[in-house]
Amino acid sequence: MRTSRRGFVAGASAFAVLGANSAFAQKKYDDGATDSEIKIGHTGPYSGPASSYGQIGKTIEAFFKSVNEAGGVNGRKINFITRDDGYSPPKMVELVRQLVEQDKVLCLFNTLGTPTNTAIHRYMNQKKVPQLYVATGASKWGKPKEFPWTMGFQPDYHTEGVVYAKHILANVKDAKIGVLMQNDDYGKDYYEGFKEGLGKETAKIVKHVTFEVTDPTVDSQVIQLKDSGANVFFNIATPKAAAQAIRKAADIGWKPAQYLNNVSASVGSVMKPAGLENSQGIITAQYLKDPTDKQWENTDDFKAWVAWMDKWMPGANKADANHVFGYAVSNLMLETLKKCGDTLTRENVMKQAANYQKYKLPLLLPGITINTSPTDYYPIQSVQLARFKGETWDLFGDVMSAEGS
Amino acid sequence: MEQFLQQVASGLANGAIYACVALALVMIYVSTDHINFAQGEMAMFSTYISWQLMNWGMSFWVAFVLTVLISFAMGVLIERLILRPLHNAPVLSIIVVFIGLLAIFNSMAGAFWSYLIKEFPSPFPKSSFGIAGVIGPHQLGVVVVTLIVLGLLFVFFRYTPLGLAMRAAAQNPQMARLVGVRVDWMLALGWGLAASVGAVAGIMVAHIVYLEPNMMGGILLYAFASALVGGISNPAGAVAGGFIVGILENMVAYAGNQIEKATGVYIIGNGEKLTVALIIVIFVLTVKPAGLFGRVVVKRV
Amino acid sequence: MSGSKKWVLGLIVLAFIVPLLRPVFPEVVSDYRLFLVSTMIIASIAVLGLNLLTGFNGQFSLGHGAFYAVGAYTAAILMDKLNVPYWATIPAAAIVCFIVGYLFGLPALKLEGHYLALATFALALAVPQILKYKWLEGLTGGVQGIVLMKPEVPFGLPLSEDQWLYYFCLIVMIVLFWAAANLLNSRSGRAMMAIRDQYMAADTMGIDTALYKTVTFGISAAYTGIAGALSASAIAFVAPDSFGIFLSIKFLIGLVVGGIGSLLGSVLGGIFYVLVDNSAQSLTQFIRNDLGLPFDLSAYTVFGVLLIAIIYLMPMGIAGGLYMAYRKLRGARA
Repeated sequence: MRTSRRGFVAGASAFAVLGANSAFAQKKYDDGATDSEIKIGHTGPYSGPASSYGQIGKTIEAFFKSVNEAGGVNGRKINFITRDDGYSPPKMVELVRQLVEQDKVLCLFNTLGTPTNTAIHRYMNQKKVPQLYVATGASKWGKPKEFPWTMGFQPDYHTEGVVYAKHILANVKDAKIGVLMQNDDYGKDYYEGFKEGLGKETAKIVKHVTFEVTDPTVDSQVIQLKDSGANVFFNIATPKAAAQAIRKAADIGWKPAQYLNNVSASVGSVMKPAGLENSQGIITAQYLKDPTDKQWENTDDFKAWVAWMDKWMPGANKADANHVFGYAVSNLMLETLKKCGDTLTRENVMKQAANYQKYKLPLLLPGITINTSPTDYYPIQSVQLARFKGETWDLFGDVMSAEGS
Repeated sequence: MEQFLQQVASGLANGAIYACVALALVMIYVSTDHINFAQGEMAMFSTYISWQLMNWGMSFWVAFVLTVLISFAMGVLIERLILRPLHNAPVLSIIVVFIGLLAIFNSMAGAFWSYLIKEFPSPFPKSSFGIAGVIGPHQLGVVVVTLIVLGLLFVFFRYTPLGLAMRAAAQNPQMARLVGVRVDWMLALGWGLAASVGAVAGIMVAHIVYLEPNMMGGILLYAFASALVGGISNPAGAVAGGFIVGILENMVAYAGNQIEKATGVYIIGNGEKLTVALIIVIFVLTVKPAGLFGRVVVKRV
Repeated sequence: MSGSKKWVLGLIVLAFIVPLLRPVFPEVVSDYRLFLVSTMIIASIAVLGLNLLTGFNGQFSLGHGAFYAVGAYTAAILMDKLNVPYWATIPAAAIVCFIVGYLFGLPALKLEGHYLALATFALALAVPQILKYKWLEGLTGGVQGIVLMKPEVPFGLPLSEDQWLYYFCLIVMIVLFWAAANLLNSRSGRAMMAIRDQYMAADTMGIDTALYKTVTFGISAAYTGIAGALSASAIAFVAPDSFGIFLSIKFLIGLVVGGIGSLLGSVLGGIFYVLVDNSAQSLTQFIRNDLGLPFDLSAYTVFGVLLIAIIYLMPMGIAGGLYMAYRKLRGARA
């Protein structure tokens, strides 16, 4: 359509082409988009065991408020509807059906959790409604062939697990690895990736212990790991258990080489509670700027974020990395909507989302960019390793990508 | 062998946590005949109060004492304002009210103090006592504090007229009223006391599990199991129950480990330790229906 | 009596006709609303199961989520591994859950009141962990759960998937409520209630209290298990995270708020079970946006306040409240 129109105005000056293009371009809308509004649906765990992640939803809500204040997207206000799913898959199905069928949103954005998103995965693809930039690192969100309407955002856990495994093989002699794993979908994804990264060397895992989210402490598990004689510790845990494990290891005099999953690589909510002296030398992989890391204080995007937080989320704890995540992913959504122009159809939303080349998103680490294509539904696939030193993460080595894995 | 000792010690330390919270559950039960599902969240809320007080510059122990007092007032208020009017409601309706309270306390704490985990200081001097590598000073401190609270409660209920009146009010309100006990105030007092014990538990636990609105979720479940094993009407039993459950779950995991080491077959491990511990608890209950240390109440018809 | 029977019949007829109006009023009778009502029906059946045990037999349970999970997984595994059609999973789930419930009822015989409540609570805690057990992973899918297909409309009927699901749930519900009503009206039902009201007397009168209590436990578990099996079909996904401890607590809330010891109460409880969350969320939205509260109010707070308020207004549940209001009205007229 666009090419034929271009043919129609052929011969005019470049400026006129642009002008004509937008003047003649007919506006196209699906459900959830009008001349004045774009409806976006979201659910998050505002209550229940995962409620600390509720902050992401609150950040996104504040973000779109600030966008609307500044005039919206191409003249349209964003109507962001967010609901509390309590991290329950059946509740999620009910709420998402309400968002899609009653509220008629244009797309879903950044719905959180692996089991919850799995529950609506097939539904969204049957209804052909975009399930964009989901807040989970499972590897199943990047399968455009089977699920063309679902796309992830962060580096997947699987890839991250591979990165750690490769680093261990290259740097630790006679590695005997102990793994602490949260006994759910997320933990399993990391572990599978880790094993894949070890390849033939999986026998180097001398002990693999699990814990439940309801376990008050992981002390018993850490003791078992120490007893196994492991000299490498891979910590696959959410912040509370991760911090407990780091501290317990120090308490019982276990000094392995430690690898910590990115999910818990927060200085404010893991390293400090675990004890800075206990956390020295821990290695993790990062893709976002840590809000408590002083080395970013003078970068432009970080300063913009701080100013935005002060204005739109006063009183919120800036040490909480969820605010960084929410802000970054919202920026990507905003950019995607901008790129859609006046063609606000679900198909075009997916098309634009799958069309990023080296896009620089605020708050990503230097050198990490957004890359997608109709066959690549993993927006961020690069991480950089970092070692904890003093009170911050010390990035080292190259930015590592796992394209094609 | 080293692992065995460490597992026992760590079980003991966890057990102390369960015991502390179980004690608060028992308090409510002996003084009001209810099981308070909001107990854990109330304790968590109290802990946040003490964190806030310390954040404003108070020392640990000043904040501790103040928090215990504030919690006492909070407990009394809840009884007078919320539960008093529902005196004649069925037991299950009261449980629903407790669930409502649980939701309110949990979400309010999140709204006030955010869901980010916070460090909570330990009052016990580092590495002054405790056995290096086996049990830390704080863990040992928790055990001691739990036993002290238990002792105080024992003396209070056994030897003070007020304690006696409270027990009477819970066990036989009509008779107590006849001999001049102000039963309704006794109930409020029981709530206050339970909230105070809960506050102590929360403050002791927070250093170990970190402070966050959901910190008591998992613990409360274990505390229930502990109170069950020990006998829900017996404070000493609940404390013993706490230690038993704490050590038991670690032993399950330990045994599973040893079996796997010896035979190479995975049978039980960390994923099943709670389940196996619970099965043992239920088994104990079928043999001793009132718990290990509870007395069977003989009902007259 | 016959008056209330007419009412029930009328409601059933209405329940069958209204969904057919979907082509006429697509906005009112939407697929989403039918799905929502289906979830209410499923919740009603689960609450009825709990009611049979607690309301009519006097045994407490804080762990019915466990039976719900067992039912859901039974259905899911049969559909996923053995390609059993969804409708055949309902009786299968009922049988499995009856056995599990009956077996659990045996030790439960020794426990009373709070102890029983806590023992069942323990059961609800244990089930999600058992589902993740290493040697069961092949069947249960472990932490990842099982993704299923939604039931297809049979015989080429001109219905949407959600319409069909609704009718399927409705029929199951009617059969189960009818069976429950008959059971309660029978000799066995009276024995069940006698055990609740006067245990000693029932015992001395020669009622086999142990048998009645364990069988009631089994039937109750079977009801809740059927609800679980229906939910597996409706949601088309089961995972350990779907059956957390709060599920059992929500059944209890449904039971109490609906009305303990009342069939009507179970229906109301099921409706409430679904609506309370949504209304708490809408109410929060309203307070935050339209009243402009400067405070960061969460829906969870509103949920808690709602619960307490309802118990204040109707300590005996909605069914009890309605009954009282009805009696007052009659009294005023007479």
